[in-house]
Amino acid sequence: MSCYLTTGNHMLFYASFGTVLLLLAVTAPAALLFGFGGALAVRSRLAGLRLFGRVYTSMVRGVPDIIFFLFVPIAMDQGFEWLRSRVYCDPSVPVRQGNEFIVCAAAKLPLSTSPEWVHQAYGLFLAVIAFAVVFGAFAANVLHGAMRAVPQAQLETAEAYGMTPRQVSRRILIPQMWTYALPGLANLWMILIKATPLLFVLGVEDIVYWARELGSAKTSAYSYPHPDWRLYYFLGVLAFYLLMTWGSERVFDRIRTRLSRGQATAAGEAMRKAAP
Amino acid sequence: MNQCLQTIQDYGLRALGLGERLLPRSEFTLCEQVTLIGSGLIWNVYFAGLAVFFGFFLANALAVAKASRNGWLRKPAEWFIFLFRGSPLFIQFFLAYEILVQLPRAGIDVLGITIQTSWMTRAWAGALLVLILNTAAYSAEIFHGALRNLPKGELEAAEAYGMAGWTRWRRVVWPHAMRLAWPAYTNEAIFLFHATTLVFFSGFPAFQQRGDALYYANYFADKTFNPFVAYPIVAGYFVLLTLGLIALFGLVNRRLNRHLPGAAKKIRYRPNLIR
Repeated sequence: MSCYLTTGNHMLFYASFGTVLLLLAVTAPAALLFGFGGALAVRSRLAGLRLFGRVYTSMVRGVPDIIFFLFVPIAMDQGFEWLRSRVYCDPSVPVRQGNEFIVCAAAKLPLSTSPEWVHQAYGLFLAVIAFAVVFGAFAANVLHGAMRAVPQAQLETAEAYGMTPRQVSRRILIPQMWTYALPGLANLWMILIKATPLLFVLGVEDIVYWARELGSAKTSAYSYPHPDWRLYYFLGVLAFYLLMTWGSERVFDRIRTRLSRGQATAAGEAMRKAAP
Repeated sequence: MNQCLQTIQDYGLRALGLGERLLPRSEFTLCEQVTLIGSGLIWNVYFAGLAVFFGFFLANALAVAKASRNGWLRKPAEWFIFLFRGSPLFIQFFLAYEILVQLPRAGIDVLGITIQTSWMTRAWAGALLVLILNTAAYSAEIFHGALRNLPKGELEAAEAYGMAGWTRWRRVVWPHAMRLAWPAYTNEAIFLFHATTLVFFSGFPAFQQRGDALYYANYFADKTFNPFVAYPIVAGYFVLLTLGLIALFGLVNRRLNRHLPGAAKKIRYRPNLIR
């Protein structure tokens, strides 16, 4: 049993949990950065920038996010290869020939001569960008809402003190908005955790990929033949995600209890009655 | 133009298995893509419509169970909600498919009657089941939150009128909870509608290439190596249907708030505040 659980493929399976955590660790700040840019763009004085911000923040509202996860990596990949083909290849040859997208070998990304891990890393890189773009749009919604929730009087007082708009943003608006943004951002974190299995759709060898690979029925040609065990592998993956969200949920509950205290609602009333 | 009408005849109901059997293989026209992706939308609407309908009742039962003081009711409801809210829908689809495949192929004998089980592994039943359970868990959390946030004045007023038990629940608690929960529930319905695109990307295979809108969009993008046509088409469809959904739920919201003139604010879709 312990032999079975420590085969090379199982080690890759365990490492793929690291891939998921890495994705979370990289995507969360990147998305926050994108979201911050988007929220600032919506408030910008320049009409063009404002329009861009509006389009960016509203694009996730009506369209399923998985469409972006499928679209952004291919579009980015083709964009990079097109740019490289203008530099490294004969520019007179069009990249789109009928139903094919062809660039010369020198413009391929990654180069066909590069080792396997480069292909893997490039796939993960495109996935991170897709996640950052989509979750950046979500985060821009949250942050924009938080910026609007900062009391107007605070900003007006700052102006009355003679601060420039830039100073008002940096010294008053941004420090104060976090309390309003915190619930939305915490929720976003939960959504992000639950979106990570989509890596599988993007072709990254993540936990879903390995759970399917290792769990599927093995014939006696393999060293450890077994019937279809995918159910048990997926139960393990499920437990991983439940653990991840359980931890976040605990933090949530504490905040929620705190906010209900002393409120004239059913929950607040129950709390008041429960107190000695 | 005539050619396009012919295409609509051939592929308009392709997602249900009617019309032309083979999907287009080469020379993909815009008309073909719009028609076939549109025909896939039938599945998205089917999944979302039925899941929201059945999930609504289950969610109400779960919310009441979770608010109950009886531990035998509350604990199972809490576990159910935690299980479905705490794990990705994507994994739930995989897991449900694996479990449903384990059902005996020949059917289960109950009192001499054989119950067929093979249809449960098909997307129209299996994925629908997962979506119902999933949306019920999320909606139950929303409804539970609404029940917690009922103004205590309303409850006291109901008591003052001599209402108690079922009467109070039916005439004061439930309508008010729905009114409070409705904007968040609208968001949940939209999110569920968007989540239907996951069905054919997870465990459930598309039988005879009868897939949903994203399945066909992905088919075209793979065949033409051009994501800039098929994905915007499916995105456009979803924007239109989402607007329709918001209008529909807005009507219900207006009715729930009809005793409070001016209170029925336009429901704004805020995707960040849920899930």
